[in-house]
Amino acid sequence: MAFPHRPDAPELPDFSMLKRLARDQLIYLLEQQHEVDKLYKVENKPALSSSEQLCFLVRPRIKNMRYIANLVNADKLAGRTRKYKVIFSPQKFYACEMVLEEEGIYGDVSCDEWAFSLLPLDVDLLSMELPEFFRDYFLEGDQRWINTVAQALHLLSTLYGSFPNCYGIGRCAKMSYELWRKLEEEEDGETKGRRPEIGHIFLLDRDMDFVTALCSQVVYEGLVDDTFRIKCGSVDFGPEVTSSDKSLKVLLNAEDKVFNEIRNEHFSNVFGFLSQKARNLQAQYDRRRGMDIKQMKNFVSQELKGLKQEHRLLSLHIGACESIMKKKTKQDFQELIKTEHALLEGFSIRESTSYIEEHIDRQVSPIESLRLMCLLSITENTDKAAGKITDAFSSLAKRSNFRAISKKLNLIPRVDGEYDLKVPRDMAYVFSGAYVPLSCRIIEQVLERRSWQGLDEVVRLLNCSEFAFTDMIKDDKASSESLRLILVVFLGGCTFSEISALRFLGREKGYRFIFLTTAVTNSARLMEAMSEVKA
Amino acid sequence: GSKFKAFTFDDEDDELSQLKESKRAVNSLRDFVDDDDDDDLERVSWSGEPVGSISWSIKETAGNSGSTHEGREQLKSRNSFSSYAQLPKPTSTYSLSSFFRGRTRPGSFQSLSDALSDTPAKTYAPELGRPKGEYRDYSNDWSPSDTVRRLRKGKVCSLERFRSLQDKLQLLEEAVSMHDGNVITAVLIFLKRTLCKEVLFRELEVRQVALRHLIHFLKEIGDQKLLLDLFRFLDRTEELALSHYREHLNIQDPEKRKEFLKTCIGLPFSAEDSAHIQDHYTLLERQIIIEANDRHLESAGQTEIFRKHPRKASILNMPLVTTLFYSCFYHYTEAEGTFSSPINLKKTFKIPDKQYVLTALAARAKLRAWNDVDALFTTKNWLGYTKKRAPIGFHRVVEILHKNSAPVQILQEYVNLVEDVDTKLNLATKFKCHDVVIDTCRDLKDRQQLLAYRSKVDKGSAEEEKIDALLSSPVSSYSLPLQQSQETVHKVASCVCSQGLERIAVSRAM
Repeated sequence: MAFPHRPDAPELPDFSMLKRLARDQLIYLLEQQHEVDKLYKVENKPALSSSEQLCFLVRPRIKNMRYIANLVNADKLAGRTRKYKVIFSPQKFYACEMVLEEEGIYGDVSCDEWAFSLLPLDVDLLSMELPEFFRDYFLEGDQRWINTVAQALHLLSTLYGSFPNCYGIGRCAKMSYELWRKLEEEEDGETKGRRPEIGHIFLLDRDMDFVTALCSQVVYEGLVDDTFRIKCGSVDFGPEVTSSDKSLKVLLNAEDKVFNEIRNEHFSNVFGFLSQKARNLQAQYDRRRGMDIKQMKNFVSQELKGLKQEHRLLSLHIGACESIMKKKTKQDFQELIKTEHALLEGFSIRESTSYIEEHIDRQVSPIESLRLMCLLSITENTDKAAGKITDAFSSLAKRSNFRAISKKLNLIPRVDGEYDLKVPRDMAYVFSGAYVPLSCRIIEQVLERRSWQGLDEVVRLLNCSEFAFTDMIKDDKASSESLRLILVVFLGGCTFSEISALRFLGREKGYRFIFLTTAVTNSARLMEAMSEVKA
Repeated sequence: GSKFKAFTFDDEDDELSQLKESKRAVNSLRDFVDDDDDDDLERVSWSGEPVGSISWSIKETAGNSGSTHEGREQLKSRNSFSSYAQLPKPTSTYSLSSFFRGRTRPGSFQSLSDALSDTPAKTYAPELGRPKGEYRDYSNDWSPSDTVRRLRKGKVCSLERFRSLQDKLQLLEEAVSMHDGNVITAVLIFLKRTLCKEVLFRELEVRQVALRHLIHFLKEIGDQKLLLDLFRFLDRTEELALSHYREHLNIQDPEKRKEFLKTCIGLPFSAEDSAHIQDHYTLLERQIIIEANDRHLESAGQTEIFRKHPRKASILNMPLVTTLFYSCFYHYTEAEGTFSSPINLKKTFKIPDKQYVLTALAARAKLRAWNDVDALFTTKNWLGYTKKRAPIGFHRVVEILHKNSAPVQILQEYVNLVEDVDTKLNLATKFKCHDVVIDTCRDLKDRQQLLAYRSKVDKGSAEEEKIDALLSSPVSSYSLPLQQSQETVHKVASCVCSQGLERIAVSRAM
């Protein structure tokens, strides 16, 4: 259970600084206002507030500008004068200003920016919380967030020193890297002289590997995300989990001791762990029998609180497991997984196709059906399979050479006998031993070689010959410890399964990975991002 | 087969014994634990450091924007994010929550510099000191690359001096080579305003990155007219058609939507899509007729099916399969001539047999109309003999019936129709169709298995008697298990014996 890190594993940098920085910036911005006392969701409704001034904290989207314009123009019609301030996070876009101008309220509102783009969700996970990045860049081809990424990387190098080794693959990765370099040159001198804390940075575009993101997740954290949707590092457990009549918002991170031990485990191991934990807890409580007063006093003052906390966490995660089991049983999860594995391995295509067909006929879930069709389409390298319905998707996944790449990188482990999920032997454990996540394999291979050397064929198959890069900046000050810290940047989102797989790799090799993602994603979010919405 | 382990979720009465046991253990402690407080439970909840919580609270308070007190309290409590408390505190006692309570304090500026003084973020102070808007710059001699760089930094920068086409295009190229989409769009807004569309389109046609930005920009601001002009210019007829078709999503009124869809029919879609658009129109047309008719029937209260099973939602804008289900549920027996009859739908939309049977089966089983289910699988040949046939396979029929809680007698009938003996035995065991298990064992002359199964039936039941009668029958007619049925024995034995969670780890090959 919960494999420990090697004793020589490096310490993680302290990311709490990021939180404080963001907080102070926001306080500063709000201080320019007076008495912000109510928070409203920005929507197309008149403001109920009677305040003399309104302050909007928004993402830079056209829709939000229209809402604000309607509100301001309604005030104007009513002959009411107020002060308006719009704070854009993480940055202002010119298109937004254009809308303000067109709506005739430019000048009536003042604008500011809150450059908040790195939210530490956990000790090793930073999120830009930009789920729209995926659609904007990969589907619409809009590069508006590249500057945001470059700024975020610039901030990181300001705080934690420059990165001696840089690698990347993908068009967006390359562009972000180039813009970031430009920023560093412009503000030369800031990072110089700082000892690098993080030895490597790896930038990867989501379209290098759609397959992994489209698979059903079976490690605990991934399953929780697929089942309940983790938002911003926390999850809403409904009454079916809490076994009470109310829902509970639960923070899921390394501070939850129970969660921390099971988050990276294959689901089939989780029960065993939880029951062991329950037995231990029982034993610890039982110790109070036969205590004398003094011992009891100690027990209550020192241990009881911790035990209670553990008890609560334990019952929550047991409840979550039960609920997951119930839901998955209803969905014929076993059959589904079987089909996914067959698609990954490339056998029984006919059976898989008829399974998907029936999935559609039974109207199980349109998003799920689409997901399976996309998986079929990419793994079989045919646009026809998915047909017009996944037009958006096949335009993204054109010329996927999944089968050839899979062979080249040995993504389907050949194992004799059974794959023991209790003692994982490779990253494939995150998919029940059936498949090593492509994204993680690429990272592993490049880190091993410290370059793309010998991976030419893979890079070619990924259609990325122009967009794979390595950049070594000679730095004698880099400690050996920092050289075992790797920041992986996922442009377009990463899944919890990928995070688990790389955490595993880190433990095996004595590295530690830090993740920076535009947002945490999963198959459902990916499909939803691609579906057509009302204008 | 495959050698990988996975877990099986297909178990009906999966006991999750381990999990249940843990749960019992934990629950037994509850009395002891819950005696005094319910505090920690709430504290586990997302308390959000100031950062996440603001935008979050904005969302959260949307529902109850009337009650300000609550919103404030929420915000206050969220500030107690545990890890946050461990941060080195700024010397000032100023906190975000106190700020939101509206106490403006003189000298609060100090907190900012305090907070920044011990971090390497010092360099950010000057940026913070002046809002970006003040970086106005009216200088006229910025080169295209300087201009683009200033735009990237968010500075207000006039583009008016770029008047020749050459200057404009150079500006655009600089923006594209910097990769910042925001700047590319800023330049495009300027170009769109200062160039006629023919020239703009012509120049963008050879600049794909900029072109994509313009298309996205036009989509976002909703300039449908210019977007369609652009697609026309680029000769992207399919995109043009799709873009027009997409507008139906914004039309709520069903009649108007239908009329709009009609205008889409002649558009230059691909052959495949053309058929879909036609179907979409026809389907909505049908749905409008069915909806009007059924709403009337339902409100009149004379029709039994609507009285017994009131409609949960309108059928308008539902998918085809949902419509078919609806029609199998409410209009099953109608003649083929009526628009709402299932057969009519099947013919009009060329619904494949498999899909039709699956849907009809689900609908009739839900109504427990077992005769209809029976008829669905009965075919007559030219001599008048009846035969049972299921395009989806009887094992699927059984599963669907079971999901709709069909009684054992019904299930049994269909389990018996499953051809593959192993599958039949598995299903019969799973759904407790005792007679089928017993008869199959008898036919296989499998004594051991029968013996094993004896423990699964109720004591003193007819089934037990039947098994005993078979077991005591003379050896001549009921011999020892045959070699070839050994495999079956193992399968059944594993089904019978395995309990609860062990099954999670059953080989994926199963």
